[in-house]
Amino acid sequence: MSGLLFSEAEWDFETLDRTYKAIEEIALKDLRLDVYPNQIEVISSEQMLDAYSSLGMPLMYNHWSFGKLFAREETMYRAGFSALAYEIVINSSPCISYLLEENTMTMQALVMAHAAFGHNHFFKNNYLFRQWTNAEGILDYLAFAKRYIAACEERHGREAVESVLDAAHALMDQGVFRYRRPPKPSKERVLEKRRRRVEYEEEAYSELWRTLPAGVEPPAAPPTPEDEDEFDGDMKLPEENLLYFLEKHSPSLKAWQREILRIVRNLAQYFYPQRQTKVMNEGCACFVHHAIMNLLYDRGLITEGSLLEFLHSHTSVVFQPEFNDPRYSGINPYALGFAMMSDIRRIAENPTEEDRDWFPALAGSGDWIAAVQDAWANYRDESFIEQFLSPKLMREFRLFALFDKAEEDSYKVAAIHNEGGYRKVRSLLARQYDVGTADPNIQVVGAALKGDRTLFLTHRMNRGVPLHDATKELVVSHIERLWGHDVILEEAAD
Amino acid sequence: MPYFIDRRLNPKGKSLANRQRFLRRARTQIREAVQKSLKDSAVADISKDRKVRISSKGTREPRFRLDPKSAGERDFVLPGNREFVPGDEIDKPKAGEAGSGKDAADYAEGEDDFEFVMRQEEVLDIFFEDLELPNLVRTMLKETPNAVWKRSGITTSGSPTQINLIRTMRNAQGRRLAMRRPKVAAVKALQDELDRLERVEPQNEETRAKIVALKEDLAKTIARRKWVGFIDPVDVRYNAFTEQPVPTSQAVMFCLMDVSGSMGEREKDLAKRFYMLLHLFLRRRYKKVDIVFIRHTHDAQEVDEQEFFYSRQSGGTIVSTALDKMLEIQRERYTTADWNIYAAQASDGYTQSGDARRCVEMLNAEIMPLCQYYAYIEILDEREMEVFASEDSGAELWRAYRTVAELWPNFATKRISKPADIFPVFHELFKKTEHAG
Repeated sequence: MSGLLFSEAEWDFETLDRTYKAIEEIALKDLRLDVYPNQIEVISSEQMLDAYSSLGMPLMYNHWSFGKLFAREETMYRAGFSALAYEIVINSSPCISYLLEENTMTMQALVMAHAAFGHNHFFKNNYLFRQWTNAEGILDYLAFAKRYIAACEERHGREAVESVLDAAHALMDQGVFRYRRPPKPSKERVLEKRRRRVEYEEEAYSELWRTLPAGVEPPAAPPTPEDEDEFDGDMKLPEENLLYFLEKHSPSLKAWQREILRIVRNLAQYFYPQRQTKVMNEGCACFVHHAIMNLLYDRGLITEGSLLEFLHSHTSVVFQPEFNDPRYSGINPYALGFAMMSDIRRIAENPTEEDRDWFPALAGSGDWIAAVQDAWANYRDESFIEQFLSPKLMREFRLFALFDKAEEDSYKVAAIHNEGGYRKVRSLLARQYDVGTADPNIQVVGAALKGDRTLFLTHRMNRGVPLHDATKELVVSHIERLWGHDVILEEAAD
Repeated sequence: MPYFIDRRLNPKGKSLANRQRFLRRARTQIREAVQKSLKDSAVADISKDRKVRISSKGTREPRFRLDPKSAGERDFVLPGNREFVPGDEIDKPKAGEAGSGKDAADYAEGEDDFEFVMRQEEVLDIFFEDLELPNLVRTMLKETPNAVWKRSGITTSGSPTQINLIRTMRNAQGRRLAMRRPKVAAVKALQDELDRLERVEPQNEETRAKIVALKEDLAKTIARRKWVGFIDPVDVRYNAFTEQPVPTSQAVMFCLMDVSGSMGEREKDLAKRFYMLLHLFLRRRYKKVDIVFIRHTHDAQEVDEQEFFYSRQSGGTIVSTALDKMLEIQRERYTTADWNIYAAQASDGYTQSGDARRCVEMLNAEIMPLCQYYAYIEILDEREMEVFASEDSGAELWRAYRTVAELWPNFATKRISKPADIFPVFHELFKKTEHAG
């Protein structure tokens, strides 16, 4: 019998298992990866669309915006405008990867290498994910969120819940802690508090009060303890996390509304590391699948046909159109990430003189696995590009920086890929990947709690760029709904 | 150790709840869009999935965005430099131009019109809502034609409850004969013989040899009986059933309409909904439904749907020409033996004087005996509706048709001025089937 893992395009679970084991051996022994246990699920295209429209999570609370997303994706897919992703992977432990049933066996192998080992290793080792997300708890938390929101809909009506969710979604980008860790009450304590509150409400309710003649007030309920907790007066301003601020200090929200804000805020925080590491995350996964598939071929485990099929799909994934190409839609994170990872390997193994000047510590170190793993663990997109983008890659991508001043009719070329421009282009590109500057910087600066309860927000402009007017008004009206009183948002120069 | 989980058989439609929330949210926009799309589509297309385009008003998801176009400054990096050197100036793409890639679009609203496919039931829901159909009727119309399970011969696989015993036993018997399965009697004969020989005293060489041979024979026979089973899996047969659509007959629907100048856009739109509803009803009952469009002024023609609804003609109005045309077509193509005939006529109620009498004669003598059902609507505007509040008053054609309605229970007349008025025309039609179904 030949040593091939598979030779047909068809797959079955036995072949998947055999292939998984071969990939695992390479991943753990040759590439020294460190991963969460894997759970691999085979799904149909319809289920893939379902997963798309719930932010890629296996379970999610109900909201119309997910339905809208689904309708759009489905239409695009049916009309043939967009193909489905080959896989979706979730930062959880066990790490869940979805394989599409229509994939060929080669694609399944590629996808397992990409998701179950590449992304998985990144999730487990990158410092942002380690510090900010809780892979073990996310699925339980989502299950709780779904149940909780469904219960709220039943109790308070769908419209009421929907309006809170709408407002919370509008503030998702402003619902993350960027610099400090959130103060963290333990989960048990939170659940316990909520349970006590509901119990109290049930006990305190009496049919009798409904029969009182109009104008007669039922005896005032004793103040519940958490009301005091939540208005502790010290608002610790300024506050960058609007959702957190509203959850803790809004004078008009009820307990369940605060809980919904907390759910949305926790989700935003969970996704925040992914937004900061797009290039690295995809780069890591592409680099890993590329290494694994080539090793599989070198060891005679897959056919030449499979290798070609893999290369075909790989090259189309890491393709970077130029800026004036109609296909251009920003820098492709797969392309940049994969190129940079491969470049680190090249610099470690075969550095040029230029590389020795630019990366004295890395160049020629030989152990490329240690070099890329160090990068995966300790950087995010911004710092990674600032640190590792080499002049050779800038030349290959033919990167150039434009300076754009709103009042002028033309862009000015600020720097290109030449001796004088490398550092500038690199810094500017790194800045472009800094989510902190890409998102508007909005802070709560004051609240007139003793007076008319107006809430004051400030947008600290970065280099004079203001907020988009139309969306600003819409979002502010959402904030007003959550705050319950007037909200004033001012632009401030930096 | 990885866990592979096959999720393909999990229930689908996980996001159905989200979809319903979305449809409810965008209700106003979707209704407008569906109604517009119904207006532009063919009568028979009412029961199909359709693509609708709605404006994103009401389903906007605003976020704070930066707007570097209006003020301030920024830098950005692009790939693919060919000829630029530092200090070069590049003209900015004008607003509305495609410009350099999507960079500009990132900052634009990005939320213009939104297009998606609505399922048949969702479209019908909206269609019915305007017509104010009773709920029972709604569900009845949405049902797809039934299929029944019918016997379709014998198969080699199936569930144990469907075993066909006779066929199975016959096969078993044939196989036993062909394979020469020893009978019980044969075994018994050998056994008896063996017993007899064993009792013979004294035993000589010959008997002992016989006994050995007999024992061997007996063992072989028993083994063979085991080997050729009484019933083998290959014998088993099952009754097969397949799903077959209920045999339904065919129907033809004649759409008659006055297209003289007095029938405007609004009148035609109402008429169209009237035809659509009848078509839905027929499609549910009959496997094949033909539609014939006859338009008339002072002269009637058979036309295609496009022309029927969208072209205008000038001239007087003689309703009986349309009835003539209908009879002519019916005689040529739709014999009553093979076809159920339905007719739906829409008009604004005017006809040449004296013509109404001829219509009544034709209806009573020739048409009504052929028809399963004949529905007539007179489309008025709101003001006329008030004037003709009573059923008895009306123009000549209306009064004439009232006499027909008295004679024939399957003839329905109604004056309408808005979509909700249409359904009562078919009241009798639907009531009957409720009992029948």
